[in-house]
Amino acid sequence: MVADLIESIVKILFIFGVNIGFFSPILGWVERKQSALMQDRVGANRADIFGYTLIGLFHPIADAIKVLTKEDFIPDGADRLIHTLAPFISLTPAIVAFAVIPFGGQYELFGHRVNLIIADLDVGLLFVFAFASLASFGAVLAGWSSNNNWSFLGGLRASAQMLSYEVVMGLNIIGVIMVYGTLRLSEIGAMQVNFFDWGIFLQPVGFVLFFTCAIAENKRAPFDVAEAESELVAGYFTEYSGLKFVMFWMGEFLEIVTIGGLVTTMFFGAWHLPFVSDQMLLNFFRFAGPNGAAILAILVNIITFFTKVIFFIWLQMTIRWTLPRFRYDQVMRLGWKMFLPIALINIFITGLVILVK
Amino acid sequence: MQLLMFYIFSLGAVLSATLMVTNIKPVTAAMNLIMTMFFLAGLYVLLDAHLIAALQIIVYAGAIMVLFLFVILLLNIHEKEGETARRKVIIQFGSIAIVGSLFIAMAKLSAIDPLMIKAVDPAFGTTKSVGKLLYTDYLLPFEIASFLLLAAIVGAVILAKRRIDDSE
Repeated sequence: MVADLIESIVKILFIFGVNIGFFSPILGWVERKQSALMQDRVGANRADIFGYTLIGLFHPIADAIKVLTKEDFIPDGADRLIHTLAPFISLTPAIVAFAVIPFGGQYELFGHRVNLIIADLDVGLLFVFAFASLASFGAVLAGWSSNNNWSFLGGLRASAQMLSYEVVMGLNIIGVIMVYGTLRLSEIGAMQVNFFDWGIFLQPVGFVLFFTCAIAENKRAPFDVAEAESELVAGYFTEYSGLKFVMFWMGEFLEIVTIGGLVTTMFFGAWHLPFVSDQMLLNFFRFAGPNGAAILAILVNIITFFTKVIFFIWLQMTIRWTLPRFRYDQVMRLGWKMFLPIALINIFITGLVILVK
Repeated sequence: MQLLMFYIFSLGAVLSATLMVTNIKPVTAAMNLIMTMFFLAGLYVLLDAHLIAALQIIVYAGAIMVLFLFVILLLNIHEKEGETARRKVIIQFGSIAIVGSLFIAMAKLSAIDPLMIKAVDPAFGTTKSVGKLLYTDYLLPFEIASFLLLAAIVGAVILAKRRIDDSE
């Protein structure tokens, strides 16, 4: 009981630390550097401590100080309660969704079975969807409560877009569920020991559709019509300042990490190195004793998993700064008239293949 | 622990439902309804029905309530409509009391002792067992329901399309 409690607390603190302490400040810097790289500029490099700029890595600190000292502005005629609540509603789902994503296998550590996932739910994938669908409330409520027409239009666009792409995303997932026969993300991960059992080989179309839909769901370019600055000022968060504004950004960055984690877990072998099973890792680290071997294997798992996640974060950043923004009707047409039929055909073909096998 | 969670969830559900019917702002009322859905999902989890809990949030809190909110925002329903609702608060509480006492009376009459109900197998609410039941024992109702939904979708498309043709 006590051991379970300690295990849970350690895992929660670890994921919180990685997501909020590392990824969300660093991704702000990565986004700036990536945009600078793509646009042939130097990028963020001005914040310095005693003249050392450390390739702009002090910018997250400078940003934090700036944000905390800004005026928290609520526009005239806004719904104060909901205006304050909306950033929290859009940030929370992004943090919570990571609870069901496994970052390692199961190991015996000091006579206690450690499962490297915060909540090993039977309905893991559905849990992710449940909270992803709640994120759209944040955008639509932020847009409505700001008492600003640009914000309102942005909020409506965001929620319509997120609803549409959620449908397609749900249909993509069905292919993955059919192949692995479970909703539990830890089981999906455990089944990808064999390199050729990775989701990318079993569900190649599913991967492309899921990744695209996930970017659209996160409202990032080329799908950022909800905050199109050439049309809507800044969309649904036009009237936000200070910490609340940053909460929208944190939500977006954390969702990038969550998408990376989901794609890794479902399509790219989760915590597995190619051709290396957990048992092989334990055998390889036998020299450190049973507990030491388990700890080293856990470390290898975590490093492997987060390396893959970082790769997908980089991929999303590159897409963000490579493609121009679609028109709103193009976004909708892509979702309903292209992706939906392809996803349905994908389910059909997956079913046929399973039947023939 | 379980009992404590039950009290927290049920108290939250009742409270947010009450706030929903008494609130004069339509948007706040909708937010309270979402809260109610969440507490109900919590109650389902306590009953070992994880799948139902997840579906409750996806379908009701996620999909249906977003549409509710859309309608409220697009039709721009004002607080005036809310005030007429508030005037009926006494009627609301009266009806809650009547329905509640009816339920208690029915439970007493049918002589179901709540303590007699046995705990179900924890595997009962898993996706696998629910899916198995849906596709074996309850296949016909399931297919009928999906057929009805398909008819509703087609009907909605036809209704929406006709209006565009009329305006031309």
